[in-house]
Amino acid sequence: MATHDTALEIGGRAFRSRLMVGTGKYASNEAMVRAIDASGAEIVTVAVRRVNLDRTREESILHHLPADRYFLLANTAGCYTADEAIRYARLAREAGFNDFVKLEVIGDKETLLPDTDGLLAATRTLVQEGFQVLAYTNDDLITALRLEEAGAAAVMPLASPIGSGLGLLNPFSIRTIKRRLGVPVIVDAGVGTASDACVVMEQGVDGILMNTALAEAKDPVRMAEAMRLAVDAGRAAFLAGRMPRREIAMPSTPSSGMLDP
Amino acid sequence: MTDTIEIMLNGEPRRVPAGGTLDDLLRHLELDARMVVVEHNRGIVRRPRLGEVAVAAGDAIELVHFVGGG
Repeated sequence: MATHDTALEIGGRAFRSRLMVGTGKYASNEAMVRAIDASGAEIVTVAVRRVNLDRTREESILHHLPADRYFLLANTAGCYTADEAIRYARLAREAGFNDFVKLEVIGDKETLLPDTDGLLAATRTLVQEGFQVLAYTNDDLITALRLEEAGAAAVMPLASPIGSGLGLLNPFSIRTIKRRLGVPVIVDAGVGTASDACVVMEQGVDGILMNTALAEAKDPVRMAEAMRLAVDAGRAAFLAGRMPRREIAMPSTPSSGMLDP
Repeated sequence: MTDTIEIMLNGEPRRVPAGGTLDDLLRHLELDARMVVVEHNRGIVRRPRLGEVAVAAGDAIELVHFVGGG
């Protein structure tokens, strides 16, 4: 944990970790639980899906995630319209323990980029219904501003497409969004390895949400530990304030006091 | 032999015992009501009311829960 940092506050709630993790795509529930533990994450995302009636007594993921230990954040992944996302959000609120929802309204199957019209419409409705909306969006400032106006509790721009592991493609956009918004900015999607997480946090954003980078690592537990350290390191570097970039060399050793040639 | 009715359960036609409530349906399916959310004809039915809502032929019922996701 960085020294003298403030707590991350979303929708009136304080969170101790700036790293949030998903629960999808793990080889086993045991691997998932150990990786999440190693990540130090407090906010953990889950999805709403039909109960599989053919596999009797199939376990809900809640059996593996103690509700007193993790803050479960339901998503609306897989929803392609505002109405669909709103329906999933309402079901999630009944299934879960809080009014928070990670709102996704996807606009395209190939890129999984958001449908920003649908996202804004769903945000307005869900905010009216008392939800704390954390809106997954692209790295566009105007959409981010409109989501904030619509009452989103946090805006979640992507670093790069979901599941791509391409890292932060547009640091300028993310910095601009962070500079212009009052609500927390959580970068969601695209982080592939620890250096990506570190670079994201160095932009000054409030946190990162990741899933595939841990679930698809050869050793998810070790990668989760690396991500925890990277998020803390990137946050500390941001708070420390980096040196200016220069296009010329500057000696770090005194040039005076040299012997005669 | 009890009478049965056909409902749409999670998008599939299914025969279930007639005359029951949503609570009875969950018990029939051996599902833990604390782990499942019930949507009955597009409206969410909260847990305390599961025993009050009757299941009728042709009803569309969705049973959902939390799974892994990002």
